[in-house]
Order: sequence, then structure tokens, then C-alpha cells
Amino acid sequence: MRIPLSAIIGLCLTGAFVFVAVFAQLIAPYPIDAAVGGVWEGPSETFWLGTDTIGRDILSRLIYGGQITIFVALMSSLLSFGLGSFFGFLAVVRGGWVDTGLSRLVDLMMAVPSLIVALVVLSVLPLNLMVLILVMGILDSTRVFRLSRAVAADIAVMDYVEAARLRGENLMWIIFREILPNALSPLVAEFGLRFIFAVLFISTLSFLGLGIQPPLSDWGGMVRENKDGLVYGKAAAMMPAAAIAALAISVNLVADWVLSRTTSLKGGRG
Amino acid sequence: MTLHPILKLVVQRIALGLLLLLAVSFVLFLGVQMLPGDTAQAILGQSATPAALANLRHEMGLDQPALTRYFSWLGHALQGDLGKALSNKQDIAHAIGQRLGNTLFLAVCAGVIAVPLAIALGLVAARYHGRWPDKLISGITLATISLPEFVAAYFVIFLLTQVVHLFQPVSMVFPGMSLWAKLQAVALPVIVLVMVVLAHMMRMTRAAILNVLQSAYIETAELKGLSPMQVIWHHALPNAIAPIISVVVINLAYLVVGVVVVEVVFSYNALGQYLVDHVAKRDLPVVQAVGLIFAAVYIGLNILADVVGIVANPRLRHPK
Repeated sequence: MRIPLSAIIGLCLTGAFVFVAVFAQLIAPYPIDAAVGGVWEGPSETFWLGTDTIGRDILSRLIYGGQITIFVALMSSLLSFGLGSFFGFLAVVRGGWVDTGLSRLVDLMMAVPSLIVALVVLSVLPLNLMVLILVMGILDSTRVFRLSRAVAADIAVMDYVEAARLRGENLMWIIFREILPNALSPLVAEFGLRFIFAVLFISTLSFLGLGIQPPLSDWGGMVRENKDGLVYGKAAAMMPAAAIAALAISVNLVADWVLSRTTSLKGGRG
Repeated sequence: MTLHPILKLVVQRIALGLLLLLAVSFVLFLGVQMLPGDTAQAILGQSATPAALANLRHEMGLDQPALTRYFSWLGHALQGDLGKALSNKQDIAHAIGQRLGNTLFLAVCAGVIAVPLAIALGLVAARYHGRWPDKLISGITLATISLPEFVAAYFVIFLLTQVVHLFQPVSMVFPGMSLWAKLQAVALPVIVLVMVVLAHMMRMTRAAILNVLQSAYIETAELKGLSPMQVIWHHALPNAIAPIISVVVINLAYLVVGVVVVEVVFSYNALGQYLVDHVAKRDLPVVQAVGLIFAAVYIGLNILADVVGIVANPRLRHPK
């Protein structure tokens, strides 16, 4: 199997991001919340990426911030996947009013941009990690629902599903043992895209001041903290912005490759 | 009397859209108040006294049945009365009126630049399909798609204010400014918004043109000796116009999200900034009112895209 160069770059970068995020506590040279230098120092031997608005080491904060960004994005995309694919399959298997009801509900949720809905909902809910993950996961599950419903609709008419029904298997068996294994490859490719979307979503919310709250801090929040420096030509805000861009692009490269592989697989089967 | 079938379709779409908007308003108002937890508690915080809580509940009408509250709100909203803000007791409709113009100005400027640019770039990319101009345009637009709006904004700010000293990083627009001064002030945010919506429009234009370029009549046009640009302009574009217009309109709807973020980046005093400020202040009436306006614009543009798609389809326009 030949892996294209772009996918290798994407895989290496994504792997590096995940590695740094997992071992943040060991890798970061300084603690997350200690003012160790002057305000907005430039990059130097002691502070590789310079210091931020109150003299904290940017590299260390980037490393800890990446941990939170990736954790929240991963949790919410897992949630959106679990919810979206389960209800998508359920809609197909049960059909009838369950299908109609769920589909109309999703149409309704998708009729307004998720950011707007998130802003309205977050104006009454307490802002903590749990709530953020739930809100992002539920809002994004609508897209997974549509995809998995479409994929499952093709599978549900297969002979082996009918055979399972005639055998008298229950609903859960049909969803988890018959449909899920056969729907997995397009769903895995989609997972990459949903993960990026979650990274961008949480970064945007934090940038608006409505995501991760201090003392925790993610990349979007770091851009927010340091944005005033730009007026004086301090590039501190650009570092987390570049990190978001790099993560998004590298996961995109991997997802593109998985997507093209699964479509060619499908073509091969006829 | 029977309606022309296309008119019937259009009326159906609009009616469906209005129904959807009603449903959205229902969810925004009741759904939010049915969320787990107590709205009044969330607004006042954990340390609120019971008296203050009861006061706020009464003030927000939380002591009345939910449906009564919803219909009384809806009735007032339809007459242009959106209630008062919790945080500063100002009239919400008045505050929105002051800011709506600024937001529309920003969005219209972005749309006026983005639409022709996207279509032109899409045509060029389709004309040189697979060659370097196509790869360059597609590569750059792909990169902008994978960035969130505020990151794109800061890259543009850094580039155009620090590396090349062209603009000021803050956009202030106030009443009494001349149109030219206003245009200068919004130049940076408009550039960012154009970047945000350009990529999708351009890619779909390219895809629609490439799709049409595979038809037999395009081969005929090529064989009779027309230049590639003439083929695209006279034969491909007219037949791809319906999908292009609907994609353009749908992406204009996406400006709704773009303006919220971009206004905050540039501290541009308009509707998006107003919304975000009041989410932070937990001022629910303001958030609901502004959220509903954004939702209405978004749904309205989506219906428009549908209607344009119907009208631009010759098979629907001239039924057998």
C-alpha cells in the first residue's frame, strides 16, 4: 500500500500534536500559569516562542492549551459520533414515524448555524468543560446523523439484514452487529472532518470568551489574551493561531487520504 | 383559478420557510428555558439571594406558564417590541436598530466583492483545469477553508498592518462618517469576510462548470473552433448558472456566522459584537432577539437559494 506524501506529512504532524498533548506535563518547560519573564518578550534561548501578555512562557502554554483543545474536540466529536450514528441507524431500522420525527428534528437544528445556537444555549448554561463538550457534541451530531442515515439506508436493504430480521434478532443486534460493521469505513473518514470542525468550534468559542474559562486555557483563548499585542507589533497571538491552522490542515490531509481510500474501496467492490 | 406550477412551488417554499422560522423561534425561547438548571440562577450566579431570584423570575415572567410567555413574546416581537435588556434596561429593538445598519454594511461590502471574484476565479480554475492556475487557486482556497474565521482574520491583520503597513487594526464606524471613510475603516474586516466565503463559492462554481463541460454540446462547440473561454462563457456558464446561484446565496447566508466572529476581532460595533457581549452578560432577552434575527436572515437566504434554483430551472419554468 502506497501512502501519498501529503498523508504522511499529515499523519506525522497529527501524531506529533497528539503526542505533545498526551505528555504535556512532561514536555512543557515551564508551568502553565507562572509569570516567568517580562511582558511580550520576543523569542529567545530561554523562551523559544517568547512570552505572553503577563510574561508567561508561550511555548508551555501552547503545549498545555493543545492538551485541552484536543481533549475537548475529541470528546465532543466522539459524542457527536455516538449520538449521530446511533440515531441515524435507528431511524433507518425503525423507519416510519421514528425516522420522520428524527429527520425533521435534525432539519430544525440545522436550520440555524450551530454557532448561533451555541451562543444562545451558552447564555443560560454554566460554562464548564462538560457543558461545552455536550453542547458541541449534540449540535454536531446532526451532520453525523444525516451521513449515517444515508449510509445505513443502503445497508438496511441488504439480504443479510433481512436474514437477521427473519432470524428474530432484536433492534440492537441489527444496529450494532449488522449495520455498524459495514458502515464503519465511510464513518471513520468523516470522523476526521468532524474532529477538525470541533477544534475550530471550541477555538472560536474560546476566542469569543465563551469557551474554556481561565485558569484553563486553550489555543482560541490564547489568541484572545494576546490579541492586543498585535497593535504594537507583538506576534504572540500568532503562535496559537498558527497552531490551530497547523492542526486543522494536518488532520485534513489525513482525512482526505482516508476518504479517497474508502471511495476507491467501494468502487472496487462494485 | 390554478396557479402556475412554478408559482405554487415558490409559495410552498416560502410557506415552509415561515413555518421553519416559527419552529426555530419556539425552540430558541422555550427550549432554552427548558434546559436543565434554572435560568434565573444561571444569570445571577450561585450566590444569589432567594429574593433576588424570585424578583428576576417575576421580571422574566418565569412564574407564568411557558406557552403564555412564548405567545406574548411572539405577539410583541411581531409588532417590533423585543422587550428590554436585563443588563442595562435599554430597549432591545432600539439597540438592534442602531447596529443592524453597520452589520449589513459590512456584509453587503463583503458580498459585493466576494461573489464576482469567486465566480471569476471558478471560471479561471475550470478553464485551466488540472494545470497550475487551477492548482494554485484550489490550493489557496483549500487552506482558507480549514482555518477558523478568527485565525484567518489575525493572519490578515498581521500581514497587512505589521508586515506591510497598509491598514489600522481596529475598525471604528460611527454616524456622520463619509462613505469613503467608512469603506476605508471596514477594508480589513471585509477582506477577512471575503476570504471566509470565497473558497466554497469558488469551488462549487468550478465543480458546476466542470460538470457541464462534459456534455456533448460542449464538444460540439469546441469542434466548431470556439476558444476555450468562449465555450465556457457562452455554453457552459448559462447551463451552470442555477447551481452556482444557489451555492452563492447559501454561502452568503454563511456570512451570518462570519460577521459575528469578525466583528469581535475588529471591535466593530454592530450586531454580532452586541450578541457576543450579551451572551457573556447572560442577558437572555437580548441573546434570543439577536439570535432570532440571525436565524431569520439565514433561513431567508436559504429559501431564496431554493427559490432561485426553482426559477432558474427551465424544466420547471416551462412544464410540459
